[in-house]
Amino acid sequence: MSPLYIARSKSVAARMLGGEMMIMSARDSTLFDLNDTASAIWQAADGATPLHEIVKRVLCAEFDVAPEAALQDTEEFVKELSTHGILLVSEEPIPQVTK
Amino acid sequence: MGEVALESTETTIEIGGMPILIRTDNPEFFEVLIHRYGGFVNAAAKPVFEFDVEIVPPGKITDEEELGLSFAGGRWVLERSDFHAEWNAASGTGMIRQAANPYAIDSAMRIVHSLLLARQGGLLLHAASAVRNGRAFLFAGVSGAGKTTMARLAPPNVTLLTDEISYLRKAAKGYTAFGTPFAGELAKPGENISAPLAAVYLLAKGEENTIEPVSETHAVRGVLESVLFFAKDPELVGHVFESACELVRQVPVLRLTFVPDARVWEMVG
Repeated sequence: MSPLYIARSKSVAARMLGGEMMIMSARDSTLFDLNDTASAIWQAADGATPLHEIVKRVLCAEFDVAPEAALQDTEEFVKELSTHGILLVSEEPIPQVTK
Repeated sequence: MGEVALESTETTIEIGGMPILIRTDNPEFFEVLIHRYGGFVNAAAKPVFEFDVEIVPPGKITDEEELGLSFAGGRWVLERSDFHAEWNAASGTGMIRQAANPYAIDSAMRIVHSLLLARQGGLLLHAASAVRNGRAFLFAGVSGAGKTTMARLAPPNVTLLTDEISYLRKAAKGYTAFGTPFAGELAKPGENISAPLAAVYLLAKGEENTIEPVSETHAVRGVLESVLFFAKDPELVGHVFESACELVRQVPVLRLTFVPDARVWEMVG
């Protein structure tokens, strides 16, 4: 199975507030609050690092979770964010996407 | 007998310290303008924006049932079934085609102001605001949360800035709240004054009067839910988002739960 790559959309505004990442979509002005694990994934979404590496490096190391379950949950999470247009998901690296 | 030239009349309406010149050759509409924006007319102000208003007979002007706002090639276009407005943000000039009533120009003014403010760190909010003892207080909430009730219950030593659309500009320190002519259920324009913003209250009606702190994310969400903004331009959306975050950083944002009677004002100011 091909690795997934994730990148933050340019059509959002985001800021860390009180330990949570708040994101606003420019498409429909929808607001999203990300908890600490989701915020860590969001911040690591550089378009170049495969998702399984992000899960291993960020989630497993910082939040003490099992890699396989974490990867499955994270894939669902990033696909959910991509449907709202705030995160880009691809089977290829995504160039020049960070703000 | 020679032709009678239509005399163009113009006036400058200054809201939030941003003067906008309105020019029309229709005397009836000119009277509408003066009546509608009376306390905000400032003929001596140097306009930052100019609109030529073409008056047409009442009726359907465009096919847009909903208010539509678009931006392309440096030109904003704002349309609804009863009016068409377009302007060039860089040159600060535009035109509005509408009937001789205040509704279309009011919509255009709100949106132009929201766009002008977005680039300056200011905000236009669906909220009531008022001044007491030289400090301004803003009351935000969804429809029915109590904005008009708060305005209606205000004691005599409170000056109402608006019961509908609040106008905030970034100041050297904090934010300044300005009066606006945009009225809600009270059908009464606010006073054309300004004061430093002391607090933002997120309104909720309840069984007792309480003021509670809210988390930063709740505060930003509460502010953004009240922001009047229509553009889908990512840069401008980013400005508005950052402005809301900055407002929360600089001004206390509190949850005000209240019983709808005059005692609530004992807790404000």
